[in-house]
Amino acid sequence: MKSYRRIRRLVVAGAALTALAVVAACGGSNSTGSSSGGQAAGSPEAVDAALKAGGTITYWSWTPSAEAQVAAFEKQYPNVTVNYVNAGTGNDHYTKLQNAIKAGSGAPDVAQIEYQALPQFALPGSLVDLNQYGFSQYESAYTPSTWAAVHAGGGLYGLPQDSGPMALFYNKEVFDKYGIAVPKTWDEYVAAARKLHAANPKAYITNDSGDAGFTTSMIWQAGGTPFKTDGKNVTINLQDDGSKKWTGTWNQLVEGGLVSNIPGWTDEWFKALGDGTIATLPTGAWMPGVMEASVKAGAGKWRVTPMPTYDGQPATAENGGSTQSVLKQSANPALAAAFVRWLNHDEGVKPFLASGGFPATTKDLKDPAFVDKPSAYFGGQKVNQVLTDAAGHVVKGWSYLPYELYANSIYGDTVGKSYQSKSDLNTGLQAWQDALVAYGNQQGFQVNG
Amino acid sequence: MSASVALRRRRGRFRQDGKGWVFVGPFLAVFALTFLAPIGYAIYLSLFRDQAFFGGTVFVGLDNYTEALRDPKFWEAFGRVAVFLVVQVPLMLVLALLAALAIDSARLHAAGFFRIVIFLPYAVPGVVAVLMWGYIYGDNFGLAADLNDLLGTTAIQPLSGSWMLPSIANIVTWEFAGYNMLIFYSALRTVPGELYEAAAIDGAGTFRTIRAVKLPALRGAIVIATIFSIIGSFQLFNEPNILRTLAPNVITTYYTPNMYAYNLSFAGQQFNYSATIAIVMGVITAIIAYVVQLRGSREAL
Repeated sequence: MKSYRRIRRLVVAGAALTALAVVAACGGSNSTGSSSGGQAAGSPEAVDAALKAGGTITYWSWTPSAEAQVAAFEKQYPNVTVNYVNAGTGNDHYTKLQNAIKAGSGAPDVAQIEYQALPQFALPGSLVDLNQYGFSQYESAYTPSTWAAVHAGGGLYGLPQDSGPMALFYNKEVFDKYGIAVPKTWDEYVAAARKLHAANPKAYITNDSGDAGFTTSMIWQAGGTPFKTDGKNVTINLQDDGSKKWTGTWNQLVEGGLVSNIPGWTDEWFKALGDGTIATLPTGAWMPGVMEASVKAGAGKWRVTPMPTYDGQPATAENGGSTQSVLKQSANPALAAAFVRWLNHDEGVKPFLASGGFPATTKDLKDPAFVDKPSAYFGGQKVNQVLTDAAGHVVKGWSYLPYELYANSIYGDTVGKSYQSKSDLNTGLQAWQDALVAYGNQQGFQVNG
Repeated sequence: MSASVALRRRRGRFRQDGKGWVFVGPFLAVFALTFLAPIGYAIYLSLFRDQAFFGGTVFVGLDNYTEALRDPKFWEAFGRVAVFLVVQVPLMLVLALLAALAIDSARLHAAGFFRIVIFLPYAVPGVVAVLMWGYIYGDNFGLAADLNDLLGTTAIQPLSGSWMLPSIANIVTWEFAGYNMLIFYSALRTVPGELYEAAAIDGAGTFRTIRAVKLPALRGAIVIATIFSIIGSFQLFNEPNILRTLAPNVITTYYTPNMYAYNLSFAGQQFNYSATIAIVMGVITAIIAYVVQLRGSREAL
């Protein structure tokens, strides 16, 4: 009996290894060829087979839950070893990843990639299209906005991990003190900014020293679609209706000196969030975890409310959020895909939620245990009710540039100058657009702008 | 007859050269591997243009160089470090010189203590130093904010557009004045005592001694320190790059030539153009350093 089982296991393993070898061979030819998609380099069965066969993969990520997730995965699949590497946060991570891709070796099998950066890695063919493993069947498990975010040029390049539908975080203590009503429209928001700054010249409605991620999300919320990509053809229009709608509101704040110039994520910023200097933050749903960890002085003072809108109807955008992708360089893409599936579709979601993450999975976004959980930091408010509701009101049709990371890196050179001189943001956006058109054309795109 | 002598002489010299190569060999190997090869590779890179997304690598000859020479961003960055060089370097070297002379004068109590204290900033890692100054410069919560509160103004804004370059110059001076002082001080220590005795017998006072004995003795050290400082100014990177998180709109991606080259490569993947900028900047630096050395040593004669 015992020996029979062992033989069966051996046969299965052998079959899986053969399947694997085939997959690996296809993967190899795939990465040298320039065409993407089309070739059936894998199948849904290959993923399960690879998981049974085991092996070793490398995973680069900076999410707080990564270590716990890897440990849980290895416990569930003892024959798989995951080498977890924190290769840096944000740009440091991307620089290393880009260098490894350029060098042709040294890239991980699986890497965390933010939604805004996905096209930059997917379009030049550095990532594996997960459609070949039948992952498109998981569409219904995710919110429409995050599902759209893991696609680029018709391919599926990851499963969504988290999401950041935007909401307005505000310091209730400050609002009560100066008798200001919580704004529902952007006009009310500007009025609140004026009233607050007049009552206390040291207090500001929010901080904004120029942040590309924030700008693009705000244009997104206003219904703008400044970036459109179709293969090699890119259209950039940072003066479309949505962009102008946003600058129409935001110019009043910037030109009037009504926003603080404290840059985000600095020690000054965390301090200002705690002591009432910054009264609101329009930002992503992942913010509660950050505030609890880094703005202890704000405990009990802050609340969450839906984003102000232009017409009073609910509308919001995504801000931030990541997926996990399989690199073309991977020697074992089927196993890497299996890990991605486990992370963001299976058991891996639990350690992610435990670390305070805001999910992209509809099941968890509807789970009463998640939605109706009161938050002590937010004075007992059930903040997830507001945030999960926001997830359903994300404006459709947005896409990032295929070189968004570069675009973000030169934002300070262009739009930043408008912030610096407290002048018309449209001038800065136009300069940004000109620089992006020039760069895109240099890199082989056909850019209209 | 004369031909054979010449031949023998030449052969002798050749044999001598051969022995020299054996001694120089290990150095040359490392030198070629770590210095010549990267420069060669950079020059090779600068002759191509690689498209990060579509299309491949194309040989473009000197196109990158003509583009660099016409690039307003590059010249803006160059102009900025040139101003920095002209103002900050003399200031720092004069301060270092005064400190060295003061410590060497033997009239200072606890000269050893001062020597250490002035030198100490150089021992602080550059990144830490800039972070520290960043806190001091902060006009929301830093020392600058406290001073503004105290004086009831908002005039002190070390991180604003017009203050930034002097603010960086201040950090660099703080970091490197002590280092240069040490160079000057060690040069002063090598002045033979007889010279001072002779000067004293001739009736020279303190300032006459400085002018007639100490400064001429320091000339070599001053030339060296100037060259180091010129190279350091042109390579300005750490300070603005770290302060960038505090003032992202003031410090652009092309604030200094080195930052420009860095951001071209690692944010824009324009490795070829980045290599070109680096080479152009390297050539300019080498020329200026050479001119300074030439002038310095000619005057020494």
